Amino acid sequence: MLKINKLHKSYPIGDSSLHVLKGIDLSVEAGEMVAIMGSSGSGKSTLLNIIGMLDEADEGEYILDNVPIKNLTEKKAAIYRNKFLGFIFQSFNLINYKNALDNVALPLYYQGLKRKERIEKGLFHLEKVGLKDWAHHLPNELSGGQKQRVAIARALAADPKLLLADEPTGALDTKTSHEIMDFIQSLNDEGKTILMVTHEEDIASMCKRIVRLKDGVIIEDTFVEQVRASQYV
Amino acid sequence: MKFLFERDTWQEVYDSLTKNKLRTALTMVGVWWGILLLIGLLGSARGIENSFNRLFGSFATNSVFVWAQSTSKPFKGFQEGRQVQLKISDAKKIEENVEGIEFVVPRNQSQALVVHNFLSGNFGVNGDYPLLDQVQKKKMIQGRFINQTDIDENRKVVVISEEIYKQLFEKDAEMIGEYIQLNGMNFKVVGMFETGNANMGPSSDIHIPFTTFQQIYNMGENIGWMMITGKPEYDISQIETDAKLILRNLNKVHPEDNRAFGSFNLGKEFAKITGFLTGMQFLTWFVGIATLIAGVFAIGNILLITVKERTKEIGVRRALGATPFEIKRQVVLEAVFITLIAGLLGIISGGSLLMLLDALYGQGDEAMLVNASVSISIVFIALVILIVLGTLIGLIPAFKATSIKPIDALREE
Repeated sequence: MLKINKLHKSYPIGDSSLHVLKGIDLSVEAGEMVAIMGSSGSGKSTLLNIIGMLDEADEGEYILDNVPIKNLTEKKAAIYRNKFLGFIFQSFNLINYKNALDNVALPLYYQGLKRKERIEKGLFHLEKVGLKDWAHHLPNELSGGQKQRVAIARALAADPKLLLADEPTGALDTKTSHEIMDFIQSLNDEGKTILMVTHEEDIASMCKRIVRLKDGVIIEDTFVEQVRASQYV
Repeated sequence: MKFLFERDTWQEVYDSLTKNKLRTALTMVGVWWGILLLIGLLGSARGIENSFNRLFGSFATNSVFVWAQSTSKPFKGFQEGRQVQLKISDAKKIEENVEGIEFVVPRNQSQALVVHNFLSGNFGVNGDYPLLDQVQKKKMIQGRFINQTDIDENRKVVVISEEIYKQLFEKDAEMIGEYIQLNGMNFKVVGMFETGNANMGPSSDIHIPFTTFQQIYNMGENIGWMMITGKPEYDISQIETDAKLILRNLNKVHPEDNRAFGSFNLGKEFAKITGFLTGMQFLTWFVGIATLIAGVFAIGNILLITVKERTKEIGVRRALGATPFEIKRQVVLEAVFITLIAGLLGIISGGSLLMLLDALYGQGDEAMLVNASVSISIVFIALVILIVLGTLIGLIPAFKATSIKPIDALREE
């Protein structure tokens, strides 16, 4: 599914440069649910951004679904992102002047689907996250948990191969976090591959595999017994 | 270009423009005002031009009127202060010798007591050739103008203006074939023309055949003045100079005596006015286009701010799979759309302004503005300019929007 070899990335800071990723090797199979953990500055977000094609590595190899991701033009990156990836952000990043349905349907718009099809698919995914009745509400009329669920529906809309979540529960209270995790787990149960960045141990423990980063290298990569979020809900 | 006809494209434009309605409206003011100015001023300039054209319309504009005065220099034994008299032969000589002449029309004028039944008045009476109709077009309401037979047979016929008719005849009274008295002589009315707007030279309300005038006023070969018309491709000022030079020669006047012959160069006067109008139109275009450009820049500026504000949204869109081209296209489309809407509003209000001006100043014969309007091609040109400018100015925020990497755009708070 996803294969990373000797990935390096550094950022220029003034005259010197900051070496953020120092040779990452990672391979994720289809159907996995991986948590990437680490303190701030460990390079976990950078890794996720490179996987999300929002950023490009300086060195190393990145193969996603047998497609080598290298020397992408902005246009090609956009098309790959649209086709392969679904993003879930900590701050939801919904477009505030578009209602829930339009937000969910946005990736489909960039796929070039007809309006009717987009509405149909959008409603289907909204129903899946249990917000069909909220389809025509604007984001600021929704609670945090609802916003994140709309964002998840949006990430799912284009039927991506890989879901990337950057601290998906970071802006939510514990109860809502568990609800969201429960939902993400159910997505994983259906076979979606999920990669999430988190710094919360209990959230990470709800994944099937935990990868720990420190100072740009992987210090631990273990498969864990998944804690079901449903027991807290 | 297919995207232009898709509802979603416009939905996106509508959504982002209505997000901040007040700002969108304020953005449009510049372009709206520019177009309003352009349409309003061009229309008014056209209105003034039309009213001048109506005023001068009956005259051949490349004409000069020449009359004789008294000399100011002694010459060939004559004292200065001698009254010079124009003759028919002078007119003929000018016609034969000056290059570029179209017509030379000798004219005579006098005052006469005009009587019809119990109504009377003192009016100027002109002795004229049929040719006058070529130089100073008479719009005949009834009957005809003087013709060659009238001249040949010294007929006692008269052509009057509508104004004279109103003063001498009962309302709606028949007048063709009626007789009126000029200084006690009966003249048969053969035609009536529309009273002209412009008063060029002596009043021109009653015309009798030139030869008849010669006879009854005992003029001999003398003429009062003449109208000279040049062919369109010749410079009327040159014709004026040449004609006067010949006249001085024929009448034994000093070649440098500028006072002996008076003249009024209609062509020159007309050129002054048309020059003024052209200048005004140029100014209008200049001011209008400059305002438009300023307005369009204002739109570009605001869009730049909008794009800056929407950095994160643009980042999200790109993360969701929007290509840089799609983002740019959207921003440019917004720019063009705002510009175009502002322009259309400007055209509509400009049109309304012209209608208002027309209602206030465009009615009646003495109207200052006649048919103040702009042609559809000017409106079209303005719209095309707007689209082009809107596109160009939209490119700046468009490139700004995609110059930030999506990762940085997403980090933006």
